[in-house]
Amino acid sequence: MATATAPAQPVKVAQSTKRPGGPIRWVRERIIPILGSLVLLYMFLPIFVVIVFSFNLPNGRFNYQWVQFSTQAWTNLCAPGGMCDALRLSLIMGVLATIGAVILGTLVAFGIARYRFRGRSASNLLVFMPMATPEVVMGSALLTWFVTLTFARGLATILIAHVMFCLSFVVVTVKARIAGLDPRLEQAAMDLYADERTTFWRVTFPLVLPGIVGASLLAFSLSFDDFIVTNFNSGSTVTFPMYVWGAAQRGTPPQINVVGSLMFLVSLAIVLVAQVVQRRRAKA
Amino acid sequence: MSGGAVAATAAEQRDIRQHPSGGGATEAKGVGTSKWTPYLLLTPGFLWLLVFFLIPTIILLAFSLYSGSLDQGYAFEFPGQWSNYGAVITYLPQFIRSFIFAGLATLFCLALAYPLGYFIAFKSGKWKATLLVLVIAPFFTSFLIRTLAWKTILADDGPVVSFMNWSHINALLTLLHLTESGRVLNTPLAVVLGLTYNFLPFMVLPIYASLDRMDPRLVEAAQDLYSSPWTALRKVTWPLSLPGVVAGTLLTFIPAAGDYINAELLGTTKVSMIGNVIQDQFFVVTDYPTASALSFVLMLAILVLVFFYVRRAGTEDLV
Repeated sequence: MATATAPAQPVKVAQSTKRPGGPIRWVRERIIPILGSLVLLYMFLPIFVVIVFSFNLPNGRFNYQWVQFSTQAWTNLCAPGGMCDALRLSLIMGVLATIGAVILGTLVAFGIARYRFRGRSASNLLVFMPMATPEVVMGSALLTWFVTLTFARGLATILIAHVMFCLSFVVVTVKARIAGLDPRLEQAAMDLYADERTTFWRVTFPLVLPGIVGASLLAFSLSFDDFIVTNFNSGSTVTFPMYVWGAAQRGTPPQINVVGSLMFLVSLAIVLVAQVVQRRRAKA
Repeated sequence: MSGGAVAATAAEQRDIRQHPSGGGATEAKGVGTSKWTPYLLLTPGFLWLLVFFLIPTIILLAFSLYSGSLDQGYAFEFPGQWSNYGAVITYLPQFIRSFIFAGLATLFCLALAYPLGYFIAFKSGKWKATLLVLVIAPFFTSFLIRTLAWKTILADDGPVVSFMNWSHINALLTLLHLTESGRVLNTPLAVVLGLTYNFLPFMVLPIYASLDRMDPRLVEAAQDLYSSPWTALRKVTWPLSLPGVVAGTLLTFIPAAGDYINAELLGTTKVSMIGNVIQDQFFVVTDYPTASALSFVLMLAILVLVFFYVRRAGTEDLV
């Protein structure tokens, strides 16, 4: 593994000794960009397959083999029974879980990042633990708790679980942003006779906001994409990932790929637009 | 799911580097500063974690000692039904398989992520931000849909498997019991490849973050002192990137060891992991106490492994 990154292991130039810059040398000098690009290609291969197969017209129940080009899945998105309901549910869950996790998590982030208090390192540990626990353990632990409480599993339990595992990620993201703030900006505001409240809302909060936005996107995608924890706590409620799981057993309509492609393209667009905006602002 | 953690850790490491003086915790300033303010800020979030993470974990431990059935209800009878833990022996092969698969996937991830992280940190120039977006872009599609796409890629008559058969790579892998002759899907290799693919960004981002913090002049200095590029990599770059490597291996290994999606979608029951067993015990067998015992042992096993690994790696300030 590490050998691959060594740029200039003495390599014997095999045949084309005519030119000093033969193809082997060309590759050798660019070995890191080449390897890096190959790895990126590997990461994108399945996404490419997902998009291509959204235009497939499978002739069985499963959409794993290419048959013929068709836009049918794109024009009849909600044809597979229950898929769009599951999708809608996942979108709503994602928004609600994000709101909950961002509010709770941002408060915790400010508490940990801005104050020294007894139990601060224990607090950090408590935030870290859900991220270091396998989902199957977290999901089954919650299940036993809900069974003990005889709490019916459904929308409420999914929401509780999602807020729980998104919370830590929000804390870590927002905390990083707060820790990265230049304290002199707040000092300057105070020097200019802003009181603490004004300093917070006019200086600190706007500076932390990009971190909160990032955390929201992260929380939404975690909640929207979660399968394992949800599967343990959903009762008979079906979220989109659970629909896909069921479909993998019953038969995969190409509409699943359409949703996958749309998700990918929409989020890519959001991120790219955000980058362009950020660059323009940096230039201005 | 913890991909964001890596992104966040990466952001954290970068930000700390930008403002070494900006660690706000050293200055106890905030709105309405009083002794109780931090506790007030922490309380709602920590109550949530207490009630829906810590207590459930304790209940899981309690459940693993219960007796009874789903219909009649479960109860604790002194001194507890310790025989539930006998399942750990029964499913020892699945436990071992989980750790081997997760370990292999972690190694593969490291082999793939290091060149990519190195590329983004040192050689990407103005494309750095875009490349970082590309690394997390696979997260934009659903985990399950991406995993299903591998069924197409690794199909028996597909180009990948045809090439592996033609070049006898597959025969070699079959000797190692990683594949079956002529096919990859439903074999251990397919599951390991799926795990590798799904958790790769968790490895790339921390490695990138630690390399990005490194001063590239250190490598130049090593080369000025007549070190070969290989020695410079081994003695300068690699040690400095270790915090990223340790964080990346943890963030890959932990979710991979508990995963059952890849084993279910890309494998068969012959290659099932402990996650599959736990899920089956809950939902098919509905033997909650046994399932809880397995789940709890999985958590303990991972904690112990992580503890020794972090101690050996010598970076205790991870959290």
